[in-house]
Amino acid sequence: MTIASTYEVALAMIVLGLAAWIITAQKSFAAAGGFVAYGLLLPLVWVRLGGIDVALAEAAIGGGLSGVLLLGAAARLGTTETAVVAERPGVLVRLLASVLSAFIALSLAAVVLLLPDPGPTLAPAAVENSAATGLGNPVTNVLMAFRAMDTLLEKVVLLLALIGIWSLVPDRFWGGRPGMRHEADPRGVLAFLARLLPPLGIVIGLYVLWVGADHPGGAFQGGTILAAMWLLVMMAGLMDAPPISRRWLRLTLIAGPGIFLVVGLGGLWLGNAFLAYPSAYAKPLIVAIELAMTLTVAATLGLLMAGVPERRA
Amino acid sequence: MSAAFNIMTIIAVSAGAFFFFAGTIGLLRFPDTLTRLHALTKADNLGLGFVVLGLLLQAPSIRDGLKLVAVWLLVLLAGATVSQLIARIARQDGASG
Amino acid sequence: MTEFFTGALGFILAMFALGLVRVLRGPSDADRMMAAQLIGTGGIAALLLLGAVTGEQAAVDVALTIALLATFASIAMAKKGTSRLDGDRRDTMEGT
Repeated sequence: MTIASTYEVALAMIVLGLAAWIITAQKSFAAAGGFVAYGLLLPLVWVRLGGIDVALAEAAIGGGLSGVLLLGAAARLGTTETAVVAERPGVLVRLLASVLSAFIALSLAAVVLLLPDPGPTLAPAAVENSAATGLGNPVTNVLMAFRAMDTLLEKVVLLLALIGIWSLVPDRFWGGRPGMRHEADPRGVLAFLARLLPPLGIVIGLYVLWVGADHPGGAFQGGTILAAMWLLVMMAGLMDAPPISRRWLRLTLIAGPGIFLVVGLGGLWLGNAFLAYPSAYAKPLIVAIELAMTLTVAATLGLLMAGVPERRA
Repeated sequence: MSAAFNIMTIIAVSAGAFFFFAGTIGLLRFPDTLTRLHALTKADNLGLGFVVLGLLLQAPSIRDGLKLVAVWLLVLLAGATVSQLIARIARQDGASG
Repeated sequence: MTEFFTGALGFILAMFALGLVRVLRGPSDADRMMAAQLIGTGGIAALLLLGAVTGEQAAVDVALTIALLATFASIAMAKKGTSRLDGDRRDTMEGT
């Protein structure tokens, strides 16, 4: 792919320049803020490359949630920052690390640029077989039908990550509420925004889920938007984080992979393979699984961001 | 008819670009955090509004046009409220620091 | 029309880059919080124009998502990880 247009060069230089600034920023809060900007800027690159589903996921996860995660980490480390800066390794070690990182980055770039044009890909085969499920979006087809096993395992990995975070809780707080209690003036600006924005966000999240059948979108992106809205309501103090021992919470967390597994075993029993959808019911089954997965992703990501239980229920 | 739409789109997007230019000049030249915030919120939002207007005239269907308007309204709402929060923090930083 | 959009896109990206440099360099934290705001306006304008240039209809959906998440990230930056927002008290309005 030749870079002919000026705006493509400008976009690439902005993104790379921002990345370089983030790496060399002095304060972690500034670097985390730059990372949020970076995560919200990359979707432009993905739209230019034609990967809209990836652009949606990058905007939601990379810009929104990961950025906020790093901001929270920077805030917690704020008190120890001067001590950490004083302990930095010497110039030689840092030089070695930067040379190694640059070498890896350049190797990856060389591999990508030296691929045969057009690169080896299964995309045409995936597009050809769209009739198997009746969905118009080939990415959703791959995620939910052709490589459904990978999607199921990814959701289980998310759940394992959440359990890993919960395992850090001291015994006395087990079953308690994650994170600290947020407060805001109930008649102030933050509470106003937290009352006005989440309904819009929920509509947009469900829209992104629904439109993923035939256009770019899907359960993961929709679920992430829902998680961000839930976190916004918690950050404004309008709702407290639920105790992790609540049954409805745990049922929501396992609903997605659970239904996925049930459908998969049903395919084994009634059909001819694990996760084989009977062709007449393929679309309704996929929609049902995606709905459950959206709720699970929203709950899991929200709880991952809320953190370790720090208070009693 | 579509020639008239094209001319209006060019005028609108050019106006949008001008307001972005003005907003960025303000961002670069204003001396204070609060004044820079003012330039960013007012001028850039107006620039986005004009760009959306221009693209609205080229939208292929009513639904796409409504989505464009929804984007602009969402950005307007967000900008108006979040700038208040940032402004208060800036004033507190200025008062104490 | 596409050439005009491409030109406008390049111009707005250049403005955005200048604004980003100024905002990230800003001496106080409040300046850096404006970065997410800048993307919410300039970045989204660039994205919508990019969608028009490449003919990608779904770019508007990405713009919706970015607008939403930029607001969320701005609020998270403003809270700076604390439980109470520093500027969100009614009494700071009185006696100005």
